[in-house]
Amino acid sequence: MGELRLMKGNEAIAEAAIRAGVDAYYGYPITPQSEILEYLMQERPEERTGMVVLQAESEIASINMVYGAAGAGKMTMTSSSSPGMSLMQEGISYIAGAELPCLLVNVVRGGPGLGTIQPSQADYFQSTKGGGHGDYRLIVLAPSSVQEMSDFVKLGFELAFKYRNPALIQSDGAIGQMMEKVELFDQQPRLTMDQLYEKYGSWATLGHKRNDRRIITSLELESARQEQFNFKLQAKYKAISENEVRYESIMCDDADYIFVAYGTSARICQKSIQLGRAKGLKLGLLRPITLWPYPTAPLQELAKRVKGFLAVEMSAGQMVEDVRLAVGNQIKVEHYGRFGGMIPSPEEVLHVMEENIIKGTK
Amino acid sequence: MNIEDIIKPENLVFKKTGLLTEKPLSYCPGCGHGVAHRLVMEVIEEMGIEEKTIGIAPVGCSVLAYEFMNIDMQQAAHGRAPAVATGVKRVLPDHFVFTYQGDGDLAAIGTAETIHACNRGENITIIFINNGIYGMTGGQMAPTTLPGMRSSTSPYGRDVASMGHPLKMTELVAHLPGTCYVARHAVHTPANVTKTKKSIRKAFEYQRDKKGLSFVEIVSNCNSGWKMTPVDSNQWMEENMFPFYPLGVIKDIDAKTK
Ligand SMILES: Cc1ncc(C[n+]2csc(CCOP(=O)(O)OP(=O)(O)O)c2C)c(N)n1
Ligand code: SF4
Repeated sequence: MGELRLMKGNEAIAEAAIRAGVDAYYGYPITPQSEILEYLMQERPEERTGMVVLQAESEIASINMVYGAAGAGKMTMTSSSSPGMSLMQEGISYIAGAELPCLLVNVVRGGPGLGTIQPSQADYFQSTKGGGHGDYRLIVLAPSSVQEMSDFVKLGFELAFKYRNPALIQSDGAIGQMMEKVELFDQQPRLTMDQLYEKYGSWATLGHKRNDRRIITSLELESARQEQFNFKLQAKYKAISENEVRYESIMCDDADYIFVAYGTSARICQKSIQLGRAKGLKLGLLRPITLWPYPTAPLQELAKRVKGFLAVEMSAGQMVEDVRLAVGNQIKVEHYGRFGGMIPSPEEVLHVMEENIIKGTK
Repeated sequence: MNIEDIIKPENLVFKKTGLLTEKPLSYCPGCGHGVAHRLVMEVIEEMGIEEKTIGIAPVGCSVLAYEFMNIDMQQAAHGRAPAVATGVKRVLPDHFVFTYQGDGDLAAIGTAETIHACNRGENITIIFINNGIYGMTGGQMAPTTLPGMRSSTSPYGRDVASMGHPLKMTELVAHLPGTCYVARHAVHTPANVTKTKKSIRKAFEYQRDKKGLSFVEIVSNCNSGWKMTPVDSNQWMEENMFPFYPLGVIKDIDAKTK
């Protein structure tokens, strides 16, 4: 068993980054995730593992620093919250276009604009449908506990390097700020230069001989070749969709009605299920862990036998579109959301399930 | 004597460095970008650092610099080369990292990245090509366009009252404690080419000695954007650009005080 600690979600991410053997973190302060950079600075990771931690002049600079270090094959990450993520989108598109592995963390707060510093899930579209320009995808992981904040740092990097694609941990202010018990994984060594050349020297700019050099770019001016490159990207995204869907299904086996929720909303729905089951309602939860690729198939399976879905999100209804895309009109699908930093209560969510889904489908 | 008698290895007085690829340059004939590329690559070759140097290409006419410079290269988003270079250098501190950027890239959209990389004293080298215009996108006004100078977005001449003043980035970064060597040169005559090369060499040597950020501006022509012949553009550059952007070494932390 690994070391147990009581930690904030943001701190767990930072500690996991050091332990995962991350080479570099570049970031800019923004609430509610500043603890990540603060914790890293406090821990002196340059002494613990030799990890580079740098406060950049902006999120635009941090994401481009990530591009540079990731292009050198290094384990590189950044974190931010919604307004900062918006600033990073151009850089994220370049990283996806240059096929660079890296880990991004968005501890989402309410918007639009400067919005609020309170938790939200209103960046789902930005994370899963693009955000930046061009046809690209991020691998999006949605933790719903402090434990997963830690675990997904490791998982995110594994997936990022496996597919040479940016991965994103999509958290929210509640999970970033709350404290829970977390079992930390053991320290992993950082790669040596020799190991780096061996593993990633085929594409990373680590320094090479003339006429056998590496180029990191997202530019291809010739249309036919740019199209070929896009086909290649799409094939990669198809492979990710086929192999990397992750979800948790909670009490779905005998359920008539299903909540679909991730992150903080999933935690709330778990409580609503308890309250509902106490009243004799057969409720379950399908919790997407990967927001992209989305767990479409499990939802389609459930749709064959349950009576309705309620998508619960701290947004005006973003993920619900993917639920509807998965199950179509064959079954009732509704959305319930609070926004602007408001978090729904389990009672409120249960009430909506009873009134809007159960009543109409009995 | 016929031509075969002349073209012999022993008669060779100048050869293109192998650190430039065989790809024909995409630049307009007469443009200074080509000479600037050659000088950077010659310095890297002469210092024997080609296998541990990473270059960062900008967005601008030199966006394809990675096609011509025969070393590991990364292509950065418009203006972000100093941030990308920072990212690389921090994880490869014993490698050499340089950016190659135009004036729109470095002094407009990338101003923040430029100033902060300089101010942090990132141990990198910035090669800055100032041609007073946006060459790649067809001759629009740049932050460095001279007062009264015409461009496609200042067709009646740059009116500083409404369009702002040209920005002297090189003087500006020379004030920052993080820069160790700051110089401005040109590459339109053999004498200037020699001086520029000396400065680029010094810039990379300072990087080798971990002295801080070294910054070399090259005032260059954009004969296409300026709508002049190459010869006229060089003359115009001497008469108009050099008085505003005077050539010489602006800062050298190791200079012997007189
Ligand atoms: C974000 C973004 N904005 C605008 C552009 C369009 N653009 C490409 S090159 C360029 C100007 C380049 O001028 P400069 O840096 O002076 O280089 P030159 O072409 O003169 O060598 C612009 C505005 C872009 N590629 N990306
Ligand atoms: S447009 Fe100007 S800067 Fe670009 S290649 Fe032509 S002359 Fe050079």
